[in-house]
Amino acid sequence: MEIRPGLVTDIREERYGMQELSPTAFLISSSIKVFLVFSVSLAVVAYMTLLERRVSGFIQDRLGPNRVGPFGLLQPVADGIKNILKEETMPATANRRFFILAPMLSIILAVVLIAVVPFAAPLPTPWGVVDMVVADIPIGILFILAFSSLGVYGMFLAGWASNNKYAFLGALRSSSQMVSYEVALGLSLIPVFMLAGNVTLTEIVWQQQLLGFWFLFPLSLAFILFVISGFAETNRLPFDLPEAESELVTGYHTEYSAMKFSMFFIAEYSHILVVSALMATLFLGGWSVPFWSGDHMFWFDGQLISGFTAAGAPIAAEPAVWKTLLTLLSFSLKTFFFILVFVWVRWTLPRFRYDQVMHLGWKVMLPVSLAYVMLVAATILVLDQMAIEGFMFGAVLTAVSGVATGAFVFVLDRDRIMSGAAVGPEGVSELREPLPSRTGTLPADAPNPLISR
Amino acid sequence: MVEILFYIFAAVAVGGAFRVVFQRNPVGSLLFMVATLASLAGIFVLFEAHFLAAIQIIVYAGAIMVLFLFVIMLLNLGHDYRKDLQFGLGMILAFAVTGGIAGILVRQLGGAGTSAVEQALPGPEAMDQLIQEQGIIGSIARPLFTDYVVAFELTGILLLVALVGAIAIAKRRV
Repeated sequence: MEIRPGLVTDIREERYGMQELSPTAFLISSSIKVFLVFSVSLAVVAYMTLLERRVSGFIQDRLGPNRVGPFGLLQPVADGIKNILKEETMPATANRRFFILAPMLSIILAVVLIAVVPFAAPLPTPWGVVDMVVADIPIGILFILAFSSLGVYGMFLAGWASNNKYAFLGALRSSSQMVSYEVALGLSLIPVFMLAGNVTLTEIVWQQQLLGFWFLFPLSLAFILFVISGFAETNRLPFDLPEAESELVTGYHTEYSAMKFSMFFIAEYSHILVVSALMATLFLGGWSVPFWSGDHMFWFDGQLISGFTAAGAPIAAEPAVWKTLLTLLSFSLKTFFFILVFVWVRWTLPRFRYDQVMHLGWKVMLPVSLAYVMLVAATILVLDQMAIEGFMFGAVLTAVSGVATGAFVFVLDRDRIMSGAAVGPEGVSELREPLPSRTGTLPADAPNPLISR
Repeated sequence: MVEILFYIFAAVAVGGAFRVVFQRNPVGSLLFMVATLASLAGIFVLFEAHFLAAIQIIVYAGAIMVLFLFVIMLLNLGHDYRKDLQFGLGMILAFAVTGGIAGILVRQLGGAGTSAVEQALPGPEAMDQLIQEQGIIGSIARPLFTDYVVAFELTGILLLVALVGAIAIAKRRV
């Protein structure tokens, strides 16, 4: 797919004379961005805990924390102070070095991820146009995949160094789960790469603006697969087996207390923040405002452009402070929505059984995402051959993906893969193994005494 | 700046590699291995091979080393057991094989500008042109899946063999 035309030189350069930053300005602006993004994301993480508790309260028809400050707004501060002042415990049989190292690894690998996510349109300053992303690196999302795949070590070391059976089981579960779903996560991203033609997040946003479609529509099945594996990667319900309270106390961080425990929590919530921001960026157009072309901005050949004329000449973009603020609002709302979905799902779906998690990961997600990659590739190839572009391109892809998504949901429901080994009253699927019981296996058509559907 | 970073990464890589061998605790060895791989990725970034750096972290540090970790856990090697170290014929064999590999590497890579590997590589201009034409990912993927496809598949089989072996050993121990 070729949305971008070749190299073009003509541009109103004199109007935006100083477009790119000088090295010094780049260094200063990057330092400011690092500081701001880091502190804001940590503050957001702190308030996500409050949001989660308040929304959980709302869903369960109770109040949630509302005593500390107005509407409980100072609750995260109180929690923080409590965690800093509490006693640090160290199990006598723990491996001291790794026990201390594990929470550090977890939190560092979690908070650096936000660095590559663009959060607003470029900001014009007297020294040039500043990108609203900490590091617009050429490998973009591969950076996130790389660092989140290292996140396993934090959990695994925590569980292993604690020298506690429950912690170790939690660590084993979390790492096997993360390794399994990383495959599906990576594969669900490949259609996005194929459509955007690049892996940098700024360009993925830009291609969504050019196409006029959020990738949510042309790649609906990839979105669903990404959401499922995102939940698994963040160890959130229904995939929170690593810290299943009813079986494992709290899993890998059972032995941790005070600030070390808190660091695992900060890591978990910043993972949620990053995955929500990624869902917004990859599939909901990132910071772009829907149905408005005034915010189309992209660095092309050293110039900030808003698009191309029919002849292929670039049109200079007009960055403005209010546009940056508006796009920041747009990005925040989209991210906030997904954070809310994370909390909402927590109180909607029960926890999977371990074999169901592995079954879903390897026997459903992996083949489906592979088949979907092939489907999207074939569709793009056919559309390219027929020289279909623009709106029709998006519309056809949306239709094809819609059919695939419909089939996916239909098949999942019919075979009741989600319900695992449960024997339904209709006794539908032969694929499922019958439920083992003390008196032998149940006949396929017997009503299941354990699981009522 | 780049030079300073290079020496930092290089020091961590070499130091980490030594610690991998000299650690008595397998989990410690493994973590130093990860540190070595990560600093190699850092060196790749300094050479502007961003994609290679990302793949290095995703595949080696993120996937293969995690599998190593599983093997260590499954075989219950995670403690400082001296008796797991076997002296004797195996050790002599290990030294012989390692020395052989080191010899081959020195022969192939030794001598800047004249080594066999460097002769086989395309020059910087040809490399730039290749990247211009096929992109950074294409210039790695094309040779991998055309010229070197047999070696690539053999590596896959090697990993499969290792996996089967690990399962066999783990089952016997349990």
